Amino acid sequence: MAFLSGAMWLAAILAGSAALAWAFRAALVALLPATAARVMRTAPLTASFGLVVILLYVVAAVFADLIAPFPERAVVGAEYLPWEGAHILGTDNLGRDMFSRLIYGARNTVGIAVATTALAFLLGSVLGLLAATVGGWLDQGLSRLVDVLMAIPALIFALLLLTIFGTSVVTLILVIAVIDATRVFRLARAVAQGIVVMDYIEAAKLRGERLPRLILREILPNAMAPLVAEFGLRFCFVFLSISALSFLGLGIQPPTADWGSMVRENATLITFGDVTPLLPAGAIALLTVAVNFVVDWMLHRASGLKE
Amino acid sequence: MTTKPVLLEMRGVRIEGRADETWSDIVRDIDLTLHRGEVLGLIGESGAGKSTLGLAAMGYTRDGCRISEGSIRFDGIDLIVAPEAERRGLRGRRIAYVAQSAAASFNPAHRLIDQYCETPVQHGVMSRAEAERDAVELYRRMRLPNPGEIGFRYPHQVSGGQLQRAMTAMAMACRPDLIIFDEPTTALDVTTQIEVLSAIRDAVRQFDTAAIYITHDLAVVAQMADRIKVLLKGREVEEAPTREMLSTPREAYTKSLWAVRSHARTEQPPAPASETPVVSVRGVTAAYGKVPVLHEVSFDIHRRRTVAVVGESGSGKSTTARVITGLLPPSAGEVAFEGKVLPADYRQRSKDQLRQAQMIYQMADTALNPRHRIREIIGRPVEFYLGLRGRALTERIRELLHLIELEPDRFIDRLPSELSGGQKQRIGIARALAAEPRFIICDEVTSALDQLVAEGILKLLDRLQAEFDLAYMFITHDLATVRAIADEVVVMKDGRVVEQGPKGEMFTPPHHAYTELLLSSVPDMDPDWLDRLLEARRQGKAGAEAAGESAGN
Repeated sequence: MAFLSGAMWLAAILAGSAALAWAFRAALVALLPATAARVMRTAPLTASFGLVVILLYVVAAVFADLIAPFPERAVVGAEYLPWEGAHILGTDNLGRDMFSRLIYGARNTVGIAVATTALAFLLGSVLGLLAATVGGWLDQGLSRLVDVLMAIPALIFALLLLTIFGTSVVTLILVIAVIDATRVFRLARAVAQGIVVMDYIEAAKLRGERLPRLILREILPNAMAPLVAEFGLRFCFVFLSISALSFLGLGIQPPTADWGSMVRENATLITFGDVTPLLPAGAIALLTVAVNFVVDWMLHRASGLKE
Repeated sequence: MTTKPVLLEMRGVRIEGRADETWSDIVRDIDLTLHRGEVLGLIGESGAGKSTLGLAAMGYTRDGCRISEGSIRFDGIDLIVAPEAERRGLRGRRIAYVAQSAAASFNPAHRLIDQYCETPVQHGVMSRAEAERDAVELYRRMRLPNPGEIGFRYPHQVSGGQLQRAMTAMAMACRPDLIIFDEPTTALDVTTQIEVLSAIRDAVRQFDTAAIYITHDLAVVAQMADRIKVLLKGREVEEAPTREMLSTPREAYTKSLWAVRSHARTEQPPAPASETPVVSVRGVTAAYGKVPVLHEVSFDIHRRRTVAVVGESGSGKSTTARVITGLLPPSAGEVAFEGKVLPADYRQRSKDQLRQAQMIYQMADTALNPRHRIREIIGRPVEFYLGLRGRALTERIRELLHLIELEPDRFIDRLPSELSGGQKQRIGIARALAAEPRFIICDEVTSALDQLVAEGILKLLDRLQAEFDLAYMFITHDLATVRAIADEVVVMKDGRVVEQGPKGEMFTPPHHAYTELLLSSVPDMDPDWLDRLLEARRQGKAGAEAAGESAGN
């Protein structure tokens, strides 16, 4: 019986998600201007679902103060209260409201992960494209530097840097961004190397175009597809890095709500068959899946244009 | 020929391809009969459905295609209803396929002989040891050098022409009844093409193999085929025995194909000696790293004249263009533009010097940025060199599109992927013109195009030259193109100029030995041409040896 009801729940959730995705797509098609509506009409349900989820997260992050029933850090009840009454998801190990902390967690964790990934991409792709376009000593210098950085295990390197520079949100973002930028650098450089040998790049060079235009207007648009795909994946890795660092005590510092450390703080409850500590983990998983759904769709569109 | 039994029979074949959620016809209403030992030539422009039809003869369609009507019978077996296992049993063993680009079709990670043996061993026709002995025998018949040893090389260690022959040998491995050749010589030089053609033809005759020979080159098909079938947009135009087809084509389309090489411009008289040449290449020597590629190359290009630079691949034609544009600074010699010496490196040239010399590329696919719309591709040089903005810029782009005979409203906001090959090449021309240059380098601009389309491009270039007083440097390996457009010819070999002069002079004997080889290698539309040529070369060789001996004495 337990198995059957589990299967029914799963089916209900899947059907609900599909219906939500379908409704969202229909709404977008109706509301958006003609060109964007045409794009949305051909979007698969997975992409639409991904968009809904991302939108929900963004809303939660931006309007956290309005949505959350309790403050982020206040102790509002007894420890480990069950899911009832005012505390719809119960309370955590210190008696703070779980639901409110989940919503504030969206702001903190997602915000930091987005900022970090964006910075890593800015740094990695600009340097990677530059190395591939200019070549020679610049390429050698940058590539060897990246090799050295990549030779050190990422987590240990991050721990080392955070111990040296201290743990603040800004250093956290900078450290993870620099480490992840090395991976982006290698990808961007490899992709751009295939593009710089094309005749249209030669034509642009012979026209006398300057380096910034060459990189931004001629090379970057052609390198976008793999970079966007990497963005989705990299975002998930950054997310996990932050959670791992938080777990080790060098990430986002308590009492700030962060999904990674929330799992750890409430881990004891799992022993009692309570799923509450898995909710933040589930929130991470859902966002990861949603981002990749959207990225896959964008990638498909980008490759479709080439044919 | 008709007394032989029928091997392959297609009736009312219709093949559809899926694009944009709907099925559309690729070929339709095709009837085809092939007897044992017969060679059928399939010709048509790209997109005419030649390759699709060739693959259908194996009961195979590419992904996203389907055979929706008709029947295909091979030796009594209906390939459409036959189970996949039976079709797979036929492929490789009784029906073989030779692809256009052998370099892309061989697996670079395996030696040639391993790939050769795969088919016969897989089908249980021979043991591995037998297959290896057989491979050497076939390599010998295909006239590959060192037949005993060449199979143990990897594909990249062998030249393009040799690879194509190795691939034909591979197709012959199981002594199939039918081989489909899909443009096997299109990617080769004229001089290499001859070797491959004669090797293929001998092998096909020796084993009495039937063949479908797909090509867009009429002169080639005239050498190879017993009968010719002409396709246009997926439908048959006409079919006739080769000689009949060549002498009396019935349909207007076929006649236009035959007439395509007729374009010839009126030759300009040589420029007066006093006139300063637009571009003057003086004693240029250049090298890639330590490998020398050019030796003391010199020639002049005058206003309103076209200089054709001819030679095989690797002869230094394109390298010369790179020296002129400044991509490869020469180790000695100089390039002068209207009498003034240009800086060797393009980075040191002024904007105006860069503007004056433009380039049109061979592969329009890689020459246009796939992410830019036509508006930007053509507009950028106008904006960059001439500083036009806004309305004036759009006006100028429209004007340029008019010049290259494309409708501005339809094309201005398209991406290159939304254009045909010929249209892309026209955009390449418009981009060069947009800079308002005095001199344009055309690097094999027509070699990737069908003959009818290429003809249109040549006419366009000709018209633009007269209109804008342009000087052209025309790099090509196709002597028919040279005949059509050149005023002067420069013949290159191994990085040296072996002969140069006005076109009329170059096409009348006596020639330099290498020019002679190039000229004689261009196929004629005459079905006996290959036989005559091979015979003449054999005698010539014997004669030359005799002469050499007597001279030695």
